Amino acid sequence: MNLLPPSDSVFYLSNFNLNTAGKYMAYAILALGIDLLWGYTGILSLGQGIFFGLGAYCMGMHLMLSIGGDGAYQSDLPDFMVWNQVKTLPLFWKPFSSFTFSMIAVVAVPACVALVFGFLTFRSRIKGVYFSIITQALALTFWLLFNQNSLNLGGTNGLTDFKKILGYPLGEISTQRALFVITGICLILSFILCRWITNSCLGKVLIAIRDNEGRIRFSGYSASRYKLFVFVISAALAGLAGALYVPQVGIITPGQIGVLPSIEMIVWVAVGGRGTLVGALLGAIGVNWARSFLTSNYPDLWLYFLGALFIGVVLYFPKGMWEVSGKLKKVLRSRFKKKRLKEKQLV
Amino acid sequence: MNDFMLTLFLPLIVLAAGILISALAFAEEPVPPSIAQSILDLGDTNRELQEESVFALEKSGDPDVLPVLEALRGGNLNIWMEADGKRRIVMSGDAVDLEDGTQVLPLFEAYGGKPILDAQGKQIQVIEENLEGIRLGRRMRIKLTPMLDRLRLFSREAAIRESAATKVGLTGFAEALPILEQALNKEKNPWVRSALEEALGLIQLSDENPSIRKKAAENLGRIHALNAVAMLEERIQANDAGESEETDIAVKAAITEAIQKIEAWSVWTRTVETIFSGISLSSILLLVALGLAITFGLMGVINMAHGELMMLGAYATYIIQEFFVAYMPSDVRDLYFILAIPLAFGIAALFGLLLEKFIIRKLYGRPLETLLATWGISLVLQQGVRQIFGAANVDVASPAWLSGGLRVANGIQFPYNRLFIIALSIMSVLSVYLLVLRSPIGLKIRAVTQNRQMSACMGITTERVDAWTFALGAGLAGMAGAALTLIGNVGPDLGQNYIVDSFLVVVTGGVGKIAGTVGAAFGIGGINKILEPGLGAIYAKVAILLIVILFLQKKPSGLFPAKGRNIDL
Amino acid sequence: MDGTILYVEGVTVSFDGFKALHDLNFVMEPGELRVVIGPNGAGKTTLLDVICGKVKPTLGRVVFEQYTDLLHLHENDISNLGIGRKFQAPTVYTSLTVFENLELSLNRKKGVFNALFSRLSPMQRDNISNTLEITGLLEKKDEVAGLLSHGEKQWLEIGMVMMQEPKVMLVDEPVAGMTDHETEKTGQLLQKISKERSVLVIEHDMSFVRQIAQKVTVLHEGTVLFEGTVDEVQNHPKVKEVYLGRGDH
Repeated sequence: MNLLPPSDSVFYLSNFNLNTAGKYMAYAILALGIDLLWGYTGILSLGQGIFFGLGAYCMGMHLMLSIGGDGAYQSDLPDFMVWNQVKTLPLFWKPFSSFTFSMIAVVAVPACVALVFGFLTFRSRIKGVYFSIITQALALTFWLLFNQNSLNLGGTNGLTDFKKILGYPLGEISTQRALFVITGICLILSFILCRWITNSCLGKVLIAIRDNEGRIRFSGYSASRYKLFVFVISAALAGLAGALYVPQVGIITPGQIGVLPSIEMIVWVAVGGRGTLVGALLGAIGVNWARSFLTSNYPDLWLYFLGALFIGVVLYFPKGMWEVSGKLKKVLRSRFKKKRLKEKQLV
Repeated sequence: MNDFMLTLFLPLIVLAAGILISALAFAEEPVPPSIAQSILDLGDTNRELQEESVFALEKSGDPDVLPVLEALRGGNLNIWMEADGKRRIVMSGDAVDLEDGTQVLPLFEAYGGKPILDAQGKQIQVIEENLEGIRLGRRMRIKLTPMLDRLRLFSREAAIRESAATKVGLTGFAEALPILEQALNKEKNPWVRSALEEALGLIQLSDENPSIRKKAAENLGRIHALNAVAMLEERIQANDAGESEETDIAVKAAITEAIQKIEAWSVWTRTVETIFSGISLSSILLLVALGLAITFGLMGVINMAHGELMMLGAYATYIIQEFFVAYMPSDVRDLYFILAIPLAFGIAALFGLLLEKFIIRKLYGRPLETLLATWGISLVLQQGVRQIFGAANVDVASPAWLSGGLRVANGIQFPYNRLFIIALSIMSVLSVYLLVLRSPIGLKIRAVTQNRQMSACMGITTERVDAWTFALGAGLAGMAGAALTLIGNVGPDLGQNYIVDSFLVVVTGGVGKIAGTVGAAFGIGGINKILEPGLGAIYAKVAILLIVILFLQKKPSGLFPAKGRNIDL
Repeated sequence: MDGTILYVEGVTVSFDGFKALHDLNFVMEPGELRVVIGPNGAGKTTLLDVICGKVKPTLGRVVFEQYTDLLHLHENDISNLGIGRKFQAPTVYTSLTVFENLELSLNRKKGVFNALFSRLSPMQRDNISNTLEITGLLEKKDEVAGLLSHGEKQWLEIGMVMMQEPKVMLVDEPVAGMTDHETEKTGQLLQKISKERSVLVIEHDMSFVRQIAQKVTVLHEGTVLFEGTVDEVQNHPKVKEVYLGRGDH
């Protein structure tokens, strides 16, 4: 863990900030997926929270089972099951006691859900706003389902009170630092993956689908298969983000994965700049930083701010802040050049 | 627009006027002398005379005697010395605090319950010391309760008569038989008759005479007495020794047959209820989705703030209600709702107009962008309402003329508020249909929808048409919001609860066809109510989404797709 | 059906009761350059839509190269069989460069993972450069396609279809909105293309038709009215009556 700056450095992050920063980076991974899907391919999914949630719950289930007998009721079952008078561990929980299985599941479960749902919707050429609305309905449905106690996923209270990951106590700073570093590495790898995709010929096909989905079929590409591919990738990234989020934040509830969080994720990318990976990444971090700042200092203002962001970005900065900053740089540079030219002329 | 409003609200205005007139036409009746004497005797110190007068009052069968005896039991019946020293029996109302801190009681006539007025026409209020409360002996107090139930059998209010009959029947006292029969002979209202017959049957079921028991069972079966099933089953239920309370074989057979009849009837009532609640839910979905269908279908705008426009309509209704409570006489208070509907329409439409002018106008042709921007608007509106009115739900009381329901058969009742919403959504759909497809404005709207440039060339001010179309959609949302106050909570997240469902309706229906929206609303609402009893509300919703997705496999552009060679590319 | 490259039999297409094509029969031989003309609403574009899979007919069948029934195939499969389509309004990928537009249209495997791992071979680069040259877009190869002029977009789309190396090229009004000079150049290009493959052109411009056509098919109200050389068509009384006689062009 010597990778981290020493405690007297300006880059030093306290334990709380470490968790928060880790959370932002997890969100950034999710934002990359949304950007691939929306920014590059033009598919606006209002259900990314589902995939985030699936990843998070898979991880959460593993962490719940790692608590073992240390829970409040000293039972092998998670506390909420004892509370709900569930006598034996439901079958679908059992494999999650394996760390390897859980790590595969955090990516595979959301990817499979996306595969099935995407197959059905893209095959029947549900697109544009229709797709957005259907995914939003899906988000609502998942939210309703996850709130059900009968699903054995903790109901409205979700999964929480985690103690250990792979035997390391979550409360300790060294574990938190390790998680932070792992999240950082995952973010970098995800970024490289997305970069690779967008720079390949596939990336161009995605942009072509965004520009003119009808035409790409007549160039011989099966638009639905490409869309399915990118949808599955974005779901997998969202699942990974959820899995990294859970141990650092310490709780996952249906409230974090419903309709509202799902659409909020879109604004991260919209603000940062859709169609540029760096923009999406910075947007996720920036908006979430603003969220933390506002909700703790001016809680009443946060929703106004979020609403204004949606309206403002769409009306005035449709390409997001990243492009605005790029333009600004260009303007400044040309000003600077002119100035220098003038100076030269003067000389 | 004015004609549109008129066709929509004329029936409501006529209805309200009718209610007002019937309320004013309430006539006065004189006090029968024997009753007046008995009431006066209630205040006598002689216990026997007091008791006699209670029985005399009961025997009179006069419906206005009931409040007197109820006041007697509640301790609100008093002796009051008038200024001229005359003893008078009066009822006292709830205590009122005066400005100087003294507590006074308003006085009402014992018989008829009208306020007692002084020379200036003001209700007389006295301090408690000026009244002498009338108390009954213990023996009499115990007798009074069943007596009141029996008296209620003769109340003016059919609902009170009915519930009294049910109550008397469930107590099962054979002493009540004569009075039940007396009431049945007098009774004209079919529902109260049925309740009385049920009460008679239930009591006679334990009669000593088997033929009477058999008759009772047959009667209960004939009138489909849903409340009687438990007692009927109890009679023939075998205990551990294999014996049942009912021993007579013929009676047993009659009871079994009665149970079968009643159960068959209850299956039927449940079916009717499911159909009705399906239609009711569909009409709500339709009302909510209609405005969306207009903004989406005609303008290509995904208005995620539609739910919040509904919320504005609901809060407008709340404000009007509060205004009426504060400034209007109590007998016209219930009319607030009739004013609320057009006003909610107007406020939401005005808001829609502003929204269109400042935001939507810049986003035509970019549906995903309108989705995001209007979502932002919805967040701001929600938070605004939360800060002005608080995060908690506000109370909107349904007007009294919409409480209760239309009874069509024993056990089947259609609530008036649901019927109102069904009527309102039918009217809205018809109005929109006429407006869009049969009016000159509608012609312009359709022209702009189909070809903007060409319409502009033909001299149509496309901006104005856009603005009015959007305002119409928004107004419909506001109206839906006002109507929803009848059946649900009014809070800042009212809109969120409906938005996803209503979008699902629009998508399933197909864009740009009112018939599609109607069909989808009825399909989704109906299927939902069919599935709900078996699956529960949540899993029914999940199933609906699955069905919609599978349906879109077959028909990707909805029920009534727009066909043509220019749909894509 | 012997030796045909396209065989359209008894095709009927209806939109909401309106019959865009009505029991239409149409045959094309390999290497043919065919022009389809007809008044507005005759069903010309719909015919192309049916062949390339965009519209599924209610009745009839479409057979490619004698054995392949096109009706059950998706657009992309039909395209990969070797049927290229140029649309009436030029449709190119507006945020990709001219070069990328052509690159995407290359005749190669078009699966998702092929696209993910594929790199341009020198031969493919040459191929693209060649097409850029033919279509006169070499100088603009790195420009975003959305910024091209209308005529340039038309050429780019023709280039894109050429990159697909189709056996049959369906071309919908290639010279609409072009200057006379451009029109002539387009005509030469199409004739050159038709040496290697079959070309089906829809056109209104009779002088252009005269320039390129060997055989002309006249559509009217969703069926074939007449087939023959340009002169035969222009002298046919019925054609004159429904089309030329009305003085549309």
